[in-house]
Amino acid sequence: MALTHRSTNLLKPLSAAVPFTSSLRRLFSTDDATAITVETSVPFTGHKCDPPPRTIDTTPKELMTFFRDMATMRRMEIAADSLYKAKLIRGFCHLYDGQEAVAVGMEAAITKKDCIITAYRDHCIFLGRGGTLVEAFTELMGRRDGCSRGKGGSMHFYKKESGFYGGHGIVGAQVPLGIGLAFAQKYSKEEHVAFALYGDGAANQGQLFEALNMAALWDLPAILVCENNHYGMGTAEWRAAKSPAYYKRGDYVPGLKVDGMDAFAVKQACKFAKEHALKNGPIILEMDTYRYHGHSMSDPGSTYRTRDEISGVRQERDPLERIRKLILSHDIATEKELKDIEKEIRKEVDEAIAQAKESPMPDPSELFTNVYVKGFGVQSFGADRKEVRAILP
Amino acid sequence: MWGIIRQKVGAGGFPVPILEQSLPRLRPAVSAWRRYSSAAKEMTVRDALNSALDEEMSADPKVFLMGEEVGEYQGAYKISKGLLEKYGPDRVLDTPITEAGFAGIGVGAAYYGLRPIVEFMTFNFSMQAIDHIINSAAKSNYMSAGQINVPIVFRGPNGAAAGVGAQHSQCYAAWFGACPGLKVLAPYSSEDARGLLKAAIRDPDPVVFLENELLYGESFPISAEALDSSFCLPIGKAKIEREGKDVTITAFSKMVGYALKAAEILAKEGISAERFVTKQVINLRSIRPLDTATINASVRKTNRLVTVEEGFPQHGVGAEICTSVIEESFIYLDAPVERIAGADVPMPYAANLERMAVPQVEDIVCAVKRACYRSVPMTATA
Repeated sequence: MALTHRSTNLLKPLSAAVPFTSSLRRLFSTDDATAITVETSVPFTGHKCDPPPRTIDTTPKELMTFFRDMATMRRMEIAADSLYKAKLIRGFCHLYDGQEAVAVGMEAAITKKDCIITAYRDHCIFLGRGGTLVEAFTELMGRRDGCSRGKGGSMHFYKKESGFYGGHGIVGAQVPLGIGLAFAQKYSKEEHVAFALYGDGAANQGQLFEALNMAALWDLPAILVCENNHYGMGTAEWRAAKSPAYYKRGDYVPGLKVDGMDAFAVKQACKFAKEHALKNGPIILEMDTYRYHGHSMSDPGSTYRTRDEISGVRQERDPLERIRKLILSHDIATEKELKDIEKEIRKEVDEAIAQAKESPMPDPSELFTNVYVKGFGVQSFGADRKEVRAILP
Repeated sequence: MWGIIRQKVGAGGFPVPILEQSLPRLRPAVSAWRRYSSAAKEMTVRDALNSALDEEMSADPKVFLMGEEVGEYQGAYKISKGLLEKYGPDRVLDTPITEAGFAGIGVGAAYYGLRPIVEFMTFNFSMQAIDHIINSAAKSNYMSAGQINVPIVFRGPNGAAAGVGAQHSQCYAAWFGACPGLKVLAPYSSEDARGLLKAAIRDPDPVVFLENELLYGESFPISAEALDSSFCLPIGKAKIEREGKDVTITAFSKMVGYALKAAEILAKEGISAERFVTKQVINLRSIRPLDTATINASVRKTNRLVTVEEGFPQHGVGAEICTSVIEESFIYLDAPVERIAGADVPMPYAANLERMAVPQVEDIVCAVKRACYRSVPMTATA
């Protein structure tokens, strides 16, 4: 069946070459000083650039943080699935479980002064940028205390003070916007970069190439990150792109292909990209990743991919499992301790949902707020203009 | 001669410069603040826009200009002349011919806090970037509940020029004017151009600024107040260009000039008829927010309304004004609202057909007469 013939590429076995510390001393999970060297699962592939090395230094603390952050993201997305089925979340809900390594690895390489902009699969990026579970669930349920006060919904999470510029519903639009952020950072003479995330579906958008051309002409510190989960909604990459080597699609712009299920590979790539962008202008990172859910909650995700493929990736390449194995092999925590952390996270998520449910719906007057920053006292109208009108402040 | 001049001066205090090229220009001492200036300056709309851009770029280092040919070419219509030399290539950027790309980059820069001015060579090309204008710019403040505001200006010539054909002649006032979250401005005179552009650049919300190519070379008197670098016109307020009490004519951009000419013609005819028909001409200035207060107040005074616009008639600006007046001031109307708009066809090239596709002064005169029961409405032919 045509569907499966490419899927074997997705099942790259985790490298067993994880260095084992011979010391019997138990490493403390809060230890920030001991250096542990890890190797990425596969080497990087470069396009018009020399790829960074695949050995990376980390610490027990970082490993534990990766575990905790990814487990929280995983739990949040699974809980969102249940909430959607319970009709507490309406409209669109695009889940990120499976792709957590990209969000977590990127955050580890950058600061909150660097900008991130992404499309609609934004819940976990929001968490990575410092958003809370309560803010996320409340927004998903359309309540007043949501991060966008209930006015945005799943696709429109923002956190400007931590450099997160959304949350965008129009496929591909976020790429020129992200390059605009990079423009502004350069204009303001700041030594920061902007990451514009997009999927393999968006990678064929014309506006991406228009904006990339300008980024290259003007040497903007823009990093384009293609989160290639191999399916643009229901269309496999080889059916949508003549050249699915997205890291090469920049042509004159250098690119790097990265195992997006390996948080350390992501971290290394983002660090490399930031240094590159600040000196030489734009670069493309292609994150080879996978989503377990369908495109959105209205897509089962199994009509265009086999269940074997999905479970195969989960078994061989799950980002959370990779970190778990690293933690266990380095003796930083026991199996039980990790399970306890996951139980704790589950409890946190349940509490956040309970708190979110308590939040009221936005006040009807909020229909008319934030249309403008400066409304000049202009009138705005509801469906029946004679009945519902408001003055915009 | 004195009769004509008295009329000119009495009607709003601003002499109408376009028609009367051959008549000597009188400097009326009517308005109080004009007493201080001995000779009013004249300024083309082009220079007015250029000076506004210059002053705002000088006052705020966050303001920058980007668009096709705005830098080294000095502007496709020379609106940005001299700005590259003065502010350098970091602030005056020549873009490739990629509207979707550079409009998106502009909006992204505005998200970050800069104040971009994005020039479209004409608004016909804004359609390539319209997703960024509407979805990325206009709606962001609302979707983010105030976290992300977008202080951007999209400007350029709008509407018909002369002989440029169907793809280069559309008026976008109605389409952009429909969208909540946008502000849409349409200047007429040089004072409008200066004041509204400066207000637009200072505004924290996305503004669509609709200029007109054929007005760029027009000269208008400009006061000392309007020449001051702090001069700003309020957004959302229309201007009464000419006082009158028999019929209200609303117009914006180039059509304001036509409406004023029509008012002149009718005034002259009025002298010979038994009744002196005066028209209140309203220059809308702002398409969104629309100054319905001024329009309604005027209609309540005159009881008759003629709306004039250059764009397509269906779902146009005139349609909105008409409905607004019916909702607010129905009992004050003594006649049905008359609507003059562009023809309901793509713009033809042949000069005679083009002339039929765009409102002419005679069309406005005709409509006013109908509204005032001065003529029998004709049925359409062909």
